[in-house]
Amino acid sequence: MRTHDLIVIGGGPAGLAAALSARRAGVQDVLILERDHVLGGILNQCIHNGFGLHTFKEELTGPEYAARFIAQAQEENIPYRLGATVISISREKIVTYVSREDGLAQVRAKALILAMGCRERPRGALNIPGSRPAGIFSAGTAQHLMNIEGYGVGKEVVILGSGDIGLIMARRMTLEGAKVKVVAELMPYSGGLKRNIVQCLDDFGIPLKLSHTVVEIHGRERLTGVTLAQVDENRRPIAGTEECYACDTLLLSVGLLPENELTRALNVKMSRVTGGPEVDDRLQTDCEGVFACGNVLHVHDLVDYVSEEAALAGKNAAACVLSQQTVGRTVPVTADGGVRYTVPQRLDPDNMADSVTVRFRVADVYRDRFVCVYCNGERIRRIKKRVLAPGEMEQVILKKSELAQPLESIRICLEVE
Amino acid sequence: MRKDCDVVVIGGGVIGCAVARELSRSALRICLIEKGEDVCSGTSKANSGIVHAGFDAKPGTMKAKMNLLGSRMMPKLAKELDFRFERNGSLVLCLSEDGLPALRELYERGAANGVEGLAILTGDEARRKEPNLSDGVVAALYAPTGGIVCPFELTIALAENACVNGVVFRRNETVTDVSRGADGYVVTTNRARIGATCVVNAAGVHADEIHRMVSKTPMHITPRKGDYCLLDKEVGGYVLCTVFQLPSALGKGVLVTPTAHGNLLIGPTATDVEDKENTPTTAAELAYLTQTAARSVRDLPLRSVITSFSGLRAHEDGGDFIIGEAEDAEGFFEAAGIESPGLSSAPAIGAYLAALIAKKLGAEEKADFIPTRRAIPRLAELPAEERRTLMEENPLYGSIVCRCEQISEGEIVEAIRRPVGAVSLDGIKRRVRAGMGRCQAGFCTPRLLEILSRELHRPMEEICKNVPGSELLTGTMEGRK
Repeated sequence: MRTHDLIVIGGGPAGLAAALSARRAGVQDVLILERDHVLGGILNQCIHNGFGLHTFKEELTGPEYAARFIAQAQEENIPYRLGATVISISREKIVTYVSREDGLAQVRAKALILAMGCRERPRGALNIPGSRPAGIFSAGTAQHLMNIEGYGVGKEVVILGSGDIGLIMARRMTLEGAKVKVVAELMPYSGGLKRNIVQCLDDFGIPLKLSHTVVEIHGRERLTGVTLAQVDENRRPIAGTEECYACDTLLLSVGLLPENELTRALNVKMSRVTGGPEVDDRLQTDCEGVFACGNVLHVHDLVDYVSEEAALAGKNAAACVLSQQTVGRTVPVTADGGVRYTVPQRLDPDNMADSVTVRFRVADVYRDRFVCVYCNGERIRRIKKRVLAPGEMEQVILKKSELAQPLESIRICLEVE
Repeated sequence: MRKDCDVVVIGGGVIGCAVARELSRSALRICLIEKGEDVCSGTSKANSGIVHAGFDAKPGTMKAKMNLLGSRMMPKLAKELDFRFERNGSLVLCLSEDGLPALRELYERGAANGVEGLAILTGDEARRKEPNLSDGVVAALYAPTGGIVCPFELTIALAENACVNGVVFRRNETVTDVSRGADGYVVTTNRARIGATCVVNAAGVHADEIHRMVSKTPMHITPRKGDYCLLDKEVGGYVLCTVFQLPSALGKGVLVTPTAHGNLLIGPTATDVEDKENTPTTAAELAYLTQTAARSVRDLPLRSVITSFSGLRAHEDGGDFIIGEAEDAEGFFEAAGIESPGLSSAPAIGAYLAALIAKKLGAEEKADFIPTRRAIPRLAELPAEERRTLMEENPLYGSIVCRCEQISEGEIVEAIRRPVGAVSLDGIKRRVRAGMGRCQAGFCTPRLLEILSRELHRPMEEICKNVPGSELLTGTMEGRK
């Protein structure tokens, strides 16, 4: 069996940035395994702009953003396999994949980077009652059919969920001549970025109904309509608020789930909140030499942060391959009081970098709160935030110099004045 | 009228396909008419996938007889036709002391029906067998011969094998009239008139309508809807046996069972409905279903639900299967009122009716009947060496299309090219499970449309989820294609 220094599973934005960074940190033998027939991952179907403001200080489309990383990977001559679906990985870092060219193949790695991305929550997971006609798509599937395949998916549209893909698709379908009648959101706030609400709904006069959900699906062959209802504070439909919308298409943008089937088989500790593995400040799972980054770790709002995180994973994986990694004890980084989770979930105080970015999301829409960092129970940071929303990822940068020694714990929470 | 064939079978569900396959042992010209775009698209596609041990039906009924026979035939048939069948055993739970006499009665009935190995377990014994059973279980009836089968594989295997043995399948064709002539029948469809000596009515919930075209004897079928929730394979091992509760007047109640493919299934409800075509789930029934199932097992993992669906049972007023030649219509054979345990009984019903018809027509057995059929290889389940060999023969087996179930393009292409092959997304799903997994076809839909379009030589916009009218795409985008 061939052994590579580093295998990166996934050739989307996370995998590309991770592979590049590892190569630049001195690892020659890197292999990217990508299941699609092109590199770039989900960016290929995101033909709207708004990518790269942080990374390149310009506004690119998804394919343009991907192309920059693909070009760099090609300049660096980083090998990759396309159409290669990884079907299992083991704690010994043996990767089994299948592809047309290689059949069933096994390769071993000194270090492994998980960059498999995420998938959309389907209708079934919501258990929406009603019939099961054609015309119900997860927003990303519709986006693929339109932007990659070049087909229309419907003329009269209702969108459930105000995740970013749903918002983007509201605009996309409108531009293609479809009538988007309403976007319904179960929660009292949108799950997407503010800028997408403005640019994709408000600018086109598409109504957003908060605290509303689809309670019934109608139609036998093709969708003929959906019934919306308002929900109470427990997200239960309120009787008497039902409204029927005639439509031939229902798009679902009701959440993204990190795709960790492979990771689970490794038996590493998983986070119930993110759906991804728990990692330390190197982005290493509790299986030494296995790193994770991008949406497989936790769902990001901006690809720029994916690239940044992935570059760190690549650099640390390189250190692991080149035996420059010293692993010490780790202390927990916990989330509390309105903070849903943190990534990383652990930190190695003795070997940590001079600064560590801790990313997190909040549980609700909050105004005028303080993001507070406690170190061994002592508050060391208090950052004023005017608005915090679940749709936007937040971060604090911890400096090694400000952390008490010996460090026992870090807690990040929201506080009112 | 000229006789186009000896036998017309109306209905391509598990019963119609079983009859056709058994009939194809004889030197007869047989055609099967199915109104759906595919076989296995009515009741046969939406049921519990259970091979009942046979303790439920009253002794002496057709249900009792066919169930036991069918269950006994299933292992050999599964081997011949290569579909998934497993005797995982079943438990009927008694959740209160008051139910004990009924449980005992069920045991006696089963023994009278000839069901082997029945035993009444205490609550603790049952929980030792199934650790996730609820603490409320006071006793349980254990039937080691209870089993699970994949209803799609069973029906499609029967259809493929029937086709290979000469049965002509006419899908997407609806019977509008059956009329009796001097020496046979004329079956009129939306496309053709077909003359035949014998007709088999295996029309499921529509069997009473077909019956009334020919016979004056009373028959009335009520579609009785059952809602189900299907759970992710990650909780497929939550129970090992099929777990029933004590039956009620409307049916065998809500069960919790592993499926033949390793998912967990809960259902069905039982609600009499009017519409024989549409089968919407309802919030009330899904709520009842989950609450009821939660009494059987502790901490039912409902967050793992990946889809819900419903099916219609064909309940005849008399309550028993109606199988045989109509009293007032010679040559008109029926399998009507086939509700549970219909799937379990299908092999027996097929053999029984085929024998009657062959005798009536004085048909001889064919020497060249092919009794076996191989399933489409399930690459993901094969040992590495076998998988490797197959991939060398056909590189398409190396191209994974459905991520969740790890289904390759090779398997999908074969599902389309087989006899009575898939022509729709649902047809592919039922044959090889692409789109059946946890993402529910989110990723594979575009690829499946492409492959169907390429293999069937039809534009992408014409590819349907199932019947015509269920096209997924609404045309190409201007200036793009």
